[in-house]
Amino acid sequence: MDRDTLSLFAGIGALLALASLIGFVLQWRCRGADSPVIDNLNARINAWWVMVAVLGGAFWLGHGAVILLFCAVSFFALREFITLAPTRGSDYPALAAAFYLVLPLQYLLIAYDWYGLFSIFIPVYVFLLLPILASLGGDTAHFLERTAKVQWGMMIAVFCISHVPALLTLDIPGFEGRHLLLIAWLVLVVQLSDVLQYVCGKLLGKRRIAPRLSPSKTVEGFAGGIALATLTGAAFYWITPFDVWQAALIALVVTLLGFFGGLVMSAIKRDRGVKDWGHMIEGHGGMLDRLDSVCFAAPVFFHLLRWGWA
Amino acid sequence: MNNPQIPPPGEDLPTVPAPRPRPSPAQRLLAWPITGFARLLTGARSLWRGCAPEPKQRIYFANHSSHADFVLLWSSLPPALRARARPVAGADYWQRDALRRFLIHRVFHGVLVDRELHDRHRNPLQPMLDALAGGDSLILFPEGTRNLEDGLLPFKSGLYHLARACPQVELVPVWIANLNRAMPKGRILPLPLLCTVSFGAPLTLGLDEGKSAFLARARDALLNLAAEAD
Repeated sequence: MDRDTLSLFAGIGALLALASLIGFVLQWRCRGADSPVIDNLNARINAWWVMVAVLGGAFWLGHGAVILLFCAVSFFALREFITLAPTRGSDYPALAAAFYLVLPLQYLLIAYDWYGLFSIFIPVYVFLLLPILASLGGDTAHFLERTAKVQWGMMIAVFCISHVPALLTLDIPGFEGRHLLLIAWLVLVVQLSDVLQYVCGKLLGKRRIAPRLSPSKTVEGFAGGIALATLTGAAFYWITPFDVWQAALIALVVTLLGFFGGLVMSAIKRDRGVKDWGHMIEGHGGMLDRLDSVCFAAPVFFHLLRWGWA
Repeated sequence: MNNPQIPPPGEDLPTVPAPRPRPSPAQRLLAWPITGFARLLTGARSLWRGCAPEPKQRIYFANHSSHADFVLLWSSLPPALRARARPVAGADYWQRDALRRFLIHRVFHGVLVDRELHDRHRNPLQPMLDALAGGDSLILFPEGTRNLEDGLLPFKSGLYHLARACPQVELVPVWIANLNRAMPKGRILPLPLLCTVSFGAPLTLGLDEGKSAFLARARDALLNLAAEAD
């Protein structure tokens, strides 16, 4: 890890330490009284420590570890998605191929830096292969729905998420050896936007922005979170190949995409009658609950960089 | 079990010792990779909705849609309870070769029942009654066979006769969700889908409750648990 990465993680550590301190004081102030909001806040902060430590560990181990980490993240996300998407017995071959063939192959393509196939493998070849496999079982009930759901899961949980480690494959002149910082900047800006939307919403939130999709999101949380995360993205322009205005603009784009990603994924959850995708991250819900915004932001961020800077 | 000869009500529990010794700690260790794999693959979550994981003598009765049902249910119990919870399994399947015999006796400490009723003079419930008399808990699938459709098949009567013979034992309904998708019939490779195991409120047999009324009530309890879990 270079010095910028280290100081970035040190800064995040300091921020989390501050958050933990605030969480501790809040808990101490209401001792005796049960407060689900504060308990959930502290669970979230503790989970953040773990997530930052895991990402930091992967950064320290190098590119291969980061690709493996996001491969695992995709696996957990796909598992949550397919668990909630009803499929039938005939979908078994398609699902087995999705988990055991497509998922590892997509990440191998990143490891071998084969952009030409990486970018069309799932949208073209898998898109055609999975319904063929599903049709072999001969079960026509809800066929289009079933294949659409599996393909959608592949796109969100594997294709979109894989664009985060794919940032490592970009050749950006004058930016050699600093690729991990692209991942750090993207994840920092998008996740900070989620956190700041939550914080601004809890402190100032009055008007709900999408009551039917996501009752806890407010106009105030949206505006405050996006604005502050955009400013943060601009302030960290020095770890990116952008100048300060470019950084602000791209931060605005990815945080907006992240926000709408959250709404879309929330619509799917509501339709399935659940609040969270899963339970693996204490206080946050499932892997997809934490990554819904990154799913939507990562591919666009990747292509902006590829067109404009690589 | 096809509703064979039943011990007359009021008859004392037999005191015949269990035919197999308890697995040694070393053999128990062999269960770790199996339970670990089951939990890792399914992200198994135990939801204690109607009761707590207490060391009480119980019959856990569950829906049966996959060969792995009892492994997942067994893995979902805390280790202390797991050591005393014995899966009830078909002798015809588990006696077939040395590996299966080893697993069911030495690792899972299962209770084998003769589903094909080879010996007409022996009460097929006897091995379960012996296990209960020895203080163990049972894991039982009252549908008797794997159900490949939604919902539940009608219950076999064994659960009723056990409840009748051992009124002190709690009957806990357990709904295993999604495992039939993760391990479909006839497929070798399991799919890594999330499964949950929900434990409902214990039932007891009413004083003058008949067989069919009780079995229907037990089945409804399990179906209600399924609706809650969904």
